[in-house]
Amino acid sequence: MRNAIRISCNRRNLKVVRDFVTAFLNTYHLSDVLLNQLLVAVDEVVANLIIHANAEDESQFLDLALAVENHTFSIEIEDGSNHSYTPSSFREPDLPEFIRLGKKGGVGMALVNRIMDKVEFESANNHNVCRLYKRLS
Amino acid sequence: MKVTQQASDNILTLILDGELDASSSVLLDTELAKPEILNYQKVLIDCQRLNYISSAGLGVFISHLQSFQDAGVKLVFFNMQEKVHNVFEILGLDALMTIVPSAAEATAI
Repeated sequence: MRNAIRISCNRRNLKVVRDFVTAFLNTYHLSDVLLNQLLVAVDEVVANLIIHANAEDESQFLDLALAVENHTFSIEIEDGSNHSYTPSSFREPDLPEFIRLGKKGGVGMALVNRIMDKVEFESANNHNVCRLYKRLS
Repeated sequence: MKVTQQASDNILTLILDGELDASSSVLLDTELAKPEILNYQKVLIDCQRLNYISSAGLGVFISHLQSFQDAGVKLVFFNMQEKVHNVFEILGLDALMTIVPSAAEATAI
């Protein structure tokens, strides 16, 4: 089973990534809900990197690598943009306020943090790595 | 993502078919932003064939809900798959939006 993929920073590749993760996890017989949660978490991070960190520049690439070890799913997402995400800037979304203001964004990282067991961001030398972990059983 | 519209008796039903992510949600956003949509009493969202939703899809509904409420338009979701409902639940959006099991219940609201 192929466990790594490189995509260009085009939001159409979000579907490519979801299909790739789905195919990789096919043999683990996860529930629909759990599989979907993992897809959402990966999708949110990849979308942020494509749209915000790389401004949808198709000459830029993201490298993704998946693994399941000791019943724990992990994914490593690398990009070479200068924009690094600082987890300390995260604020829990105030949904009634978001509704009042008509906000379109701002809930993606809340989904990631609530779904995954561990979320790591690392930045060094124009190189960002995000690692997500989720125990499968 | 395909969005099909059915209109009758002050009710507009939008039938969503496919996956709603940061790429495909633009289409739905365009539909919900049309001023004439605020002339309906209810906008029902048929989610039976909505197989996936990310924060970008949720954001489309979050961003239009207030204008719907201000105009007296009820926004009601129905036929939602469990995995999609779960994404609403994770954020607590199921408590802020009207989600019912069936078309009959959506119409009766």
